[in-house]
Amino acid sequence: MFLAPGLTAILVLFLVPIAAALLLSLTDFDIYALGDTANVRFVGLRNYARLLADPLLWKAMRNTALFLFVGGPLTIGVALAAALLLQSRAARLRGLFRTIFFAPYVTTLVAVAVVFRYLYHPRFGLIDHALGRLGVPPIDWLGDPRWAMPAIILLAVWKNFGYATILLVAGLQAIPESLYEAARLEGAGWWQLFRRITIPLLSPTLLFLGVLTTIGYFQFFAEPYVMTGGGGPLNATLSVGLLMYKAGFRWWSMGYAAAVAFVLFVVVLGLTAIQFRLQSRSGA
Amino acid sequence: MRRGGSSVLVPAALVAGSVLALTPLVWMVSASLMRPGEASEFPPPFWPSRPTLGNYVELFTRLSLGRALANSLLIASATTLGVLLLNSMAGYAFAKLRFGGRERLFRILVAALVIPAPVAMLPLFLMLRSVGLVNTYLGAILPGTAGILGIFLIRQFARSIPDDVLDAARLEGAGELRIYWTIVLPLLRPVLATLAIITFLATWNDFVWPLVVLTDESRYTLPVALASLVAEHVPDTELMMAGSVLTVLPVLLLFLLLQKQYIQGITLGGVKE
Repeated sequence: MFLAPGLTAILVLFLVPIAAALLLSLTDFDIYALGDTANVRFVGLRNYARLLADPLLWKAMRNTALFLFVGGPLTIGVALAAALLLQSRAARLRGLFRTIFFAPYVTTLVAVAVVFRYLYHPRFGLIDHALGRLGVPPIDWLGDPRWAMPAIILLAVWKNFGYATILLVAGLQAIPESLYEAARLEGAGWWQLFRRITIPLLSPTLLFLGVLTTIGYFQFFAEPYVMTGGGGPLNATLSVGLLMYKAGFRWWSMGYAAAVAFVLFVVVLGLTAIQFRLQSRSGA
Repeated sequence: MRRGGSSVLVPAALVAGSVLALTPLVWMVSASLMRPGEASEFPPPFWPSRPTLGNYVELFTRLSLGRALANSLLIASATTLGVLLLNSMAGYAFAKLRFGGRERLFRILVAALVIPAPVAMLPLFLMLRSVGLVNTYLGAILPGTAGILGIFLIRQFARSIPDDVLDAARLEGAGELRIYWTIVLPLLRPVLATLAIITFLATWNDFVWPLVVLTDESRYTLPVALASLVAEHVPDTELMMAGSVLTVLPVLLLFLLLQKQYIQGITLGGVKE
């Protein structure tokens, strides 16, 4: 009785749509079907065949992979550095710094994407202005296909590292100090302590962050939507999520878009499974 | 944990990190107070020469962002209430009520947490369209109430409620609904506060779903309204920064007020059983 409302909501609003997405991806549901569902035809795997031959998908996959495999480790790396600093004996005002690092994470992505869009402006943006003082020639961050993805990755690192920091601090606090003391007595240096104690004992937290980052970063959407006018320049920032949105809600090729959604689903599932496998193999 | 010699370096690095974390937000506020065009002077100024609230006035008068603010408040509040009710009931049931297949069902739900939400988006849109909920507030609210994370949070917390208390109430003849309402809910208050702030922030900040389901400008939430304004008002830096402040400030303030509950929820969600 207590479960019924919540589970019904999850079933109707989440699990059934997931199953329906699979069915949808096997049809040619388009703008005509939107008018009259009698126009829907079952097309088997044709959407997938078309999709795998679509250069846009591969472009989006490459950009998304870049975002995930560069942005993800960078975010967690910066967060680990921040967490180690916060937990260092020399740190003061820990609560204040923790709050400051965390603040970007709670902000609205669309709003800060707008802010960064202006910060990245090649003439009036503060980033190029600051770099100019250091003698770096202006970079057209969002207008140059080579720099657009790095610009979006930097925004993501800035926005998300505080979240990972909080979890890593909690992980660090759970490591007993006596382990470090014992290792120090045996003459271990800072790097050895870090490699032999800190990293292995943090690995559950790192796995959790890895999985979460994979799921979250693989869906990135709002950054290119707001900052580069929907995936520009020259599709240099087109993401899989954005491709799905455009196919589904701009071109109304919903069958095709559902196929994109399922490719996204399968890749995320695969990457998550690999991380769990790696974790259990390392035996931590 | 690190050894000495770093008593200057560590604080310096923390301050440098804070400057990097805060500069974009400080500049956002600062530029929102500039005269139109001032942010596009060369060299770009960091502070306004004479602060003005003109941009904010324009947001509420000419661009009617007040409407979007009200929409955001309504949708985020209603979603939060829905999540609190549905998840507290289900979380309590998973923690305290005995029924067949309980653990297995719970494990399925936790496994479903790794499914990326956008996969459900297209059929959800078609389903809501067929019942006439596209471009309605209800259509924007409903999908957010199908939360799983909250059930998980509540269950973890509800397990600490002693069975004796519940059994005693049952012996006295209290119905299950009454027990839930008068005994369980009050005991869950701390975790409900945590879940409330997490849900409110997530719904407020959400972009994709309201973008898809709300087609009429008068129903836009702040992020959707802001994204559509930026497309039209690219050169109006100062005005757009005011719009960004309006979008970010409520959630930032809420976070600062309820920081403890929020961070507790985040670390609780991160700890596995």
